Amino acid sequence: MDAVRVALFVTCLVDGLYPDVGKATVALLERLGHEVVVPRGQTCCGQMHVNTGYAGQAVPIVRNHVEAFADAEVVVTPSGSCAGSVRHQHADVARAHGDAALGDRADRVARRTYELSEFLVDVLGVTDVGAYFPHRVTYHPTCHSLRVLDVGDRPLRLLRAVRGIDLVELPAAETCCGFGGTFALKNADTSTAMLADKMRAVLDTGARVLTAGDSSCLMHIGGGLSRLRAGVRPLHLAQVLASTADRPVEVAR
Amino acid sequence: MTFLGMPALSGAPFPVAARAGLHNAQMRRNLTKATGTIRAKRASAVAELPDWAELRAAGAAIKDAVLADLGTHLLRLEAALVERGTTVHWARDAAEASRVVTDLVRATGSTEVIKVKSMATAEIGLNETLAESGIRAVETDLAELIVQLGHDRPSHILVPAIHKGRAEIRDLFRREMPGVDPDLTDDPRALAEAARKYLRHKFTTVDVAVSGANFAVADTGALVVVESEGNGRMCLTLPRTLISVVGIEKLVPTWRDLEVFLQLLPRSSTGERMNPYTSVWTGPTEGQASHVVLVDNGRAATLSDPGGRAALRCIRCSACLNSCPVYERTGGHAYGSVYPGPIGAVLSPQLTGVEHNRTLPFASTLCGVCYDVCPVAIDIPSMLVHLREKVTESRGVTAESAAMRAVAWAMSDARRWRRVLRAGRLGRALGRRRDRIGHLPPPLAAWTDARDLPRPPQQTFGDWWESR
Repeated sequence: MDAVRVALFVTCLVDGLYPDVGKATVALLERLGHEVVVPRGQTCCGQMHVNTGYAGQAVPIVRNHVEAFADAEVVVTPSGSCAGSVRHQHADVARAHGDAALGDRADRVARRTYELSEFLVDVLGVTDVGAYFPHRVTYHPTCHSLRVLDVGDRPLRLLRAVRGIDLVELPAAETCCGFGGTFALKNADTSTAMLADKMRAVLDTGARVLTAGDSSCLMHIGGGLSRLRAGVRPLHLAQVLASTADRPVEVAR
Repeated sequence: MTFLGMPALSGAPFPVAARAGLHNAQMRRNLTKATGTIRAKRASAVAELPDWAELRAAGAAIKDAVLADLGTHLLRLEAALVERGTTVHWARDAAEASRVVTDLVRATGSTEVIKVKSMATAEIGLNETLAESGIRAVETDLAELIVQLGHDRPSHILVPAIHKGRAEIRDLFRREMPGVDPDLTDDPRALAEAARKYLRHKFTTVDVAVSGANFAVADTGALVVVESEGNGRMCLTLPRTLISVVGIEKLVPTWRDLEVFLQLLPRSSTGERMNPYTSVWTGPTEGQASHVVLVDNGRAATLSDPGGRAALRCIRCSACLNSCPVYERTGGHAYGSVYPGPIGAVLSPQLTGVEHNRTLPFASTLCGVCYDVCPVAIDIPSMLVHLREKVTESRGVTAESAAMRAVAWAMSDARRWRRVLRAGRLGRALGRRRDRIGHLPPPLAAWTDARDLPRPPQQTFGDWWESR
């Protein structure tokens, strides 16, 4: 496939808290021979506002996003949830708040926006990205990648092609981890009860690395595992796929 | 917490009410087991139909068509019912509906009624209103009977006593059921037999029955009750007076439309290809007086909101409850309504007003399972988000709304937002000692009570990219 000029929507969480996930996404796409650009105007998809009941406040955030990516040929983001927001919320939010023109522009951006595994498998047509990751890994399919984007087994197909990987199935994988954005704060007790079950499932696999397509869910499950000093490393799918024999991703930390 | 028969008008906020369930180890075990079993059964019953997606779309489309022209269909139903000899009553709200039923029972002179399991009568708090007039309602659905004898509240739409273990049921039968064997064991068959004996006596002596209806066929006036035990059919056929309380959204236009729903409902609710008993009656049987009370109770208001009206498609199957990871852990009582779970979180606030249910729309992670399993494709997550906006609007300015506004302002401009992200570096001090953040002040303490946060990085991604 010809080289694609990819506009990276890095997401606010990765930008501020998990820059390694962004760097891994860049490394992976460049290794596959594509050009990565990072539009400077980007901030956040606004999902936190929309899902917490402040869709009206999110309109300028949506507008900012649409303007930042208006000229992009293809937008790729290492998040199922943020891709879901762009594709399934932006235009509706704009229209519900009286900006039909913004809704149309948001639709155009949405049509060109892909979550990372969708982009790799559907657009680039690759499952073997040449990664090397000799560790026991389990994969948590995040709710929005699974049920909003319907990424299906694309991430698993990518992971299965990684050399050296010991990929183990996560029990009750499709059950939510309990994050839910501000749900984790507003309903902390219920969120924690869900987290406990997810952590038990992760620990049951004996995996050393937990991977997923969303840094937010990994922040949640990883935060719980860290509190227990469980010795499981949360790593974004992009980080596992970016890892090669020459440039391995550090797991010991 | 005040629990009314109708969706809660006041009660503890969901996060507080949830704690009782979360800490109840017996209930957690019961629910995990019961919902896990029913989820697996539903999944296989659905998987064996190659046209499930089409059935689901048809179910949604039929309901939407009815709702789009509800007035016409209701008048057609009324005409068909009257033509077959049924008396039709209209009720605007719960109080009116309960009063109509109470007056009808009083006119018969009976001081007892037997009941077919019905969500509509639970919603309008009928049993309580009847009791005020000295009329005793006897629930004949086994799980409803367990709840009633235990002076308890339902916690599930289909299985109202799902939170009860069989030992608890044995104890309350021994305590509350007149004439029960004092040596009753907790063997499920023995429990069912005890209930059967008790109920058989009621079926043969009580002359007034109250039912709901799963479906009402507009063009023929046929009412349909779908059940597992057959006790409903006893109530529908034996007593000389039958009063059916039916929500105005229960309509299907024609007989033919039932075909879709009689496939969708049992597979979704009990995971069966077909439920054991489907009773259909078109007008009263000989010697029987038949009444139908058509109830609005917030449905017309719900219909007026394009973002919420699809909740009226609901056929009360409970698939969303059985699949919801929140419901599974909190149990149904936390929702403070006869409609618990995801559908309750969108239905209760709409039927009684968001201002009375400000925490329910937030009682979900928006994981989307409820939408996936819904046989009439109600997009519950999007509806929850829609209702959340109504809640925040009803609250006006709060500390939360001000904080969100400030963040939105920062996020609306990349230069401003970059400065905020860079300031995140200040958080590095918090995680200096252990290379992670273990404690934060409220409201973020709700996070760090159970989870660490990573130490913020030296450099944001944006700054790394610029320096590359």
